[in-house]
Amino acid sequence: MRYLPHTDKEIEQMLSVTGHAHLEDLFSHIPDKCRYQGELNIGSPISEWALTDYFKSLGEKNSVSSAKAVLLGAGSYSHFIPEIVSDLMSRSEFLTAYTPYQPEISQGTLQGIFEYQTLTARLLGMEVANASMYDGASALAEALLMAIRIGRKKNTVAISSSIHPHYREVVKSYLQAESFTVIELKTDKKGRTDLSGLADIDGLAAVALQSPNFFGVIEELQDAATQIHDSKALFVCCFSEPFSYGMLKSPGESGADIVCGEGQSFGMPQSFGGPGLGMFASSKKYQRNLPGRLIGETQDVDGRRGYVLTLSTREQHIRREKATSNICSNQGLCALTAAAYMATLGGTGIREMAKLNFNKAEYLKNGLLAAGANLLFDSPTFNEFTLSFDSDFSKTRSRLLEKGIIAGMELSQFYPEYKDAYLFCVTETASKDTLDTVIQEVLL
Amino acid sequence: MKELSELDLPENIFYSDDHEWVQKTGDTVRIGISDYAQDQMGDIVFVEMPEVGETFEKGDEFGTLESVKAVSEMFIPLGGEVVAVNEALDDAPELVNSAPYSNWLVEIRPSNDSEFDDLLNREQYLQLLQE
Repeated sequence: MRYLPHTDKEIEQMLSVTGHAHLEDLFSHIPDKCRYQGELNIGSPISEWALTDYFKSLGEKNSVSSAKAVLLGAGSYSHFIPEIVSDLMSRSEFLTAYTPYQPEISQGTLQGIFEYQTLTARLLGMEVANASMYDGASALAEALLMAIRIGRKKNTVAISSSIHPHYREVVKSYLQAESFTVIELKTDKKGRTDLSGLADIDGLAAVALQSPNFFGVIEELQDAATQIHDSKALFVCCFSEPFSYGMLKSPGESGADIVCGEGQSFGMPQSFGGPGLGMFASSKKYQRNLPGRLIGETQDVDGRRGYVLTLSTREQHIRREKATSNICSNQGLCALTAAAYMATLGGTGIREMAKLNFNKAEYLKNGLLAAGANLLFDSPTFNEFTLSFDSDFSKTRSRLLEKGIIAGMELSQFYPEYKDAYLFCVTETASKDTLDTVIQEVLL
Repeated sequence: MKELSELDLPENIFYSDDHEWVQKTGDTVRIGISDYAQDQMGDIVFVEMPEVGETFEKGDEFGTLESVKAVSEMFIPLGGEVVAVNEALDDAPELVNSAPYSNWLVEIRPSNDSEFDDLLNREQYLQLLQE
């Protein structure tokens, strides 16, 4: 591919039209102090193949699964993607990020997203799911905004400090612009959210928990639902690992009003953190307050089944500034990928995969405990867990890295109060050899 | 769309600038939308109403009406406490189109009777529509 800059002659011609003597004059309104004055540190021109090699070598500095065994978790999970999913998703008919609004030319994609909504609603135990959000973090922010809309005059939300730190940052970015109050709830000694102070919060529209939470701990959702509803607030349940609901009671069954989270686990590669998929569901009662697009099933004039956008009056192209959200185009391809992934595994497959994740994680957890590690929280976990070490685990970590294993994320970077504690994650892709190696290195 | 002469505008009720009607029923009032409003909106498919017990100041948004072509916010013509909402509209919002004056939206207990002075009678409302 060639890059053709303007010639001096062309530039001169254009300047004569705009009435400027020099190219620089076009930038004269930008204050000097805002402009970079030195020479840019860019090398001399090189060939395309040399450039490709250069960037390839930079890329190889990354430590990615499956080249390395990554046992980190924290919102991004290494799950196997069956070939059928990748194959289907590489079909050009599906390649768009948008949810199409022209039913006459988009039946395939619309049906695919309708299936995604159906599968999502079933997995989360909710009545309605939308056509997707950007990612787990923005989905949580939108869920809280939705709860504030439903709560009308209420303008405070409480979020658990055991929610993913990045999600909490995004929530604050979204909500502070509208001058809503965000209160953080403490984590108790069991690694669960302390809900004891809810009664003292005025104008509480919603309480958000994550389960399993950032420490991998499974929150007691049913008890939480009772306490949150007693304080007249909506219960927003979020998640970063939807596989957990293959095994655990769904948030819907546990009494959540809005459920949202990250769908990366369902067929999306980790890809340096994105793109993700925001899964979003609620009870039917609140469907008109949902953000984003919704696909509905209908019939055409001849009585044939068809799919269309529905309840669009919530959206910005109709309702302008009163819309439930500014999101319109979204993660259409990622939602279709998740639909293909969930359908490939089926209900039984998701359950079996969840058990495999749980069993492997328990194997490593128990092995490390026997090797001398301590539980940071003595509570049930799914495929992530936190341990603290009396010895210096960072040295073990370096030795493992040399063996191609990236194990344990230092918790203190997000929670300074938990020193020498690490978050581990084990998915189905971790081999027994890998897990045994980690245990052996801790024993050293 | 109806011509002005075709509109049904009863004599015995008040109207607001926002095309609502207000009818006294003892110490409470019922609020609905005028024939003009329902005609302008087209087929109404959903009515979102406040909760009983909520209080509003005059001019507050108290709910929304959704038709096949638009969503309109409803602003309360009198401040007060909601004592009832017309639940029949949950399942049959189209009743607002077919009989806008018998299908009230909310019943409130007004907090300030002087606010009645700002409402319009039939003649005044008709004049507003003519302008």
